[in-house]
Amino acid sequence: MIRVGIVGASGYTGGELLRLLLTHPEIEVVQATSESYIGKFAFQVHPQLRGQTQLRFIGRDALQSCDLLFLALPHGEAQKYIDRYAALAPKIVDLSADFRLRDPAAYASTYGHEHLAPEWLERFVYGLPELTRNSLRSANYASGVGCNATATTLAVYALVKAGMLPPTQPIIADIKVGSSEAGSTPTDSSHHPARSGIVRPFQLTGHRHEAEVRQSLAAAGAYDIRLSVTSVELVRGVSAAIHLSLPIGLSDKDLWSAYRAAWNTEPFVRPVHEKSGLHRHPEPRLLAGTNYADVGWEYDPATGRTVLLSALDNLGKGAAGSAVQCMNLMCGFEETTALTFGGFYP
Amino acid sequence: MPECPECGAAITIPANAMQHELLPCPDCGTELEIISLNPLTLDRAPEVQEDWGE
Repeated sequence: MIRVGIVGASGYTGGELLRLLLTHPEIEVVQATSESYIGKFAFQVHPQLRGQTQLRFIGRDALQSCDLLFLALPHGEAQKYIDRYAALAPKIVDLSADFRLRDPAAYASTYGHEHLAPEWLERFVYGLPELTRNSLRSANYASGVGCNATATTLAVYALVKAGMLPPTQPIIADIKVGSSEAGSTPTDSSHHPARSGIVRPFQLTGHRHEAEVRQSLAAAGAYDIRLSVTSVELVRGVSAAIHLSLPIGLSDKDLWSAYRAAWNTEPFVRPVHEKSGLHRHPEPRLLAGTNYADVGWEYDPATGRTVLLSALDNLGKGAAGSAVQCMNLMCGFEETTALTFGGFYP
Repeated sequence: MPECPECGAAITIPANAMQHELLPCPDCGTELEIISLNPLTLDRAPEVQEDWGE
């Protein structure tokens, strides 16, 4: 049994972390911070936790030493105090964007300012177990993952790994996202009359997660991969459609072979490419609350035009789920512990 | 083990399977027909045709 703390536990990813960790048989959540809700029960902010825990929020100044800290703070906050958090816990999983990129120059160009703790970037392992599992097993520090980056990386990874998608063409990822990606702080754009029913182009060029995807695929080449993100009528969910060309004349067997080679031993990535029925392709609604990412494709053998697909829960596989998966690896627990919820339907 | 002719998945045939029995591929969902048991041969099951049942 290890003792775990969550810094910044009142946001949506913090709440999802708590929901997952409270079912984990190997850990005890001993502290959770929120500067806005000091003294409140966690279930007063996260009502799905009523009856699950009597944990009350503390301020970050009251943090005690523990075995592992999750940092679920707004982007930019973890890097300000990383030395302090590292003094409190020998292992850290940071869910923000602060430690995802290895290169300080890439961080500066992506986020528009110099990193405040660049010496820490190399100490963090990128927290996508499907790509960095072996490094995570011996890591003390893991970054989180960007939800849109994860959807894109997982969508293309099977073909990249198989050598079927060389970095010779621009790749466009058209991504539809739910409102919880924007976090729990209300804004003008999240106001119900402004948000409800929308299909709102949000960021069609220059999305920050592009750097993460390029970094994840760098070992296979310098991919020119661009994200176009549109907000849609979902609360949880990311749906990615990646447009590209493959050689003409491939068969479905060729693609299945690549997807099986990449994913058949992975517990949380599932190829979905059915010939009939309603649910032939990955759909985010089916994955709400889960740590699964579904991947698939549509391919026209006459023209080579291809659309690679993925879906996940941005709070699950795109954030808290992957973070718990990282913790399991870092602590030597069974990788799937507390993460096997399969979702609900309809 | 026989393969799905559509996607190449390994198909497990029930011990009591019969010729012309239909079964779905567990990976791609294609409906398959056991064409023969000896030798074991699978193919895509015929789709419903326009005059079936007429």
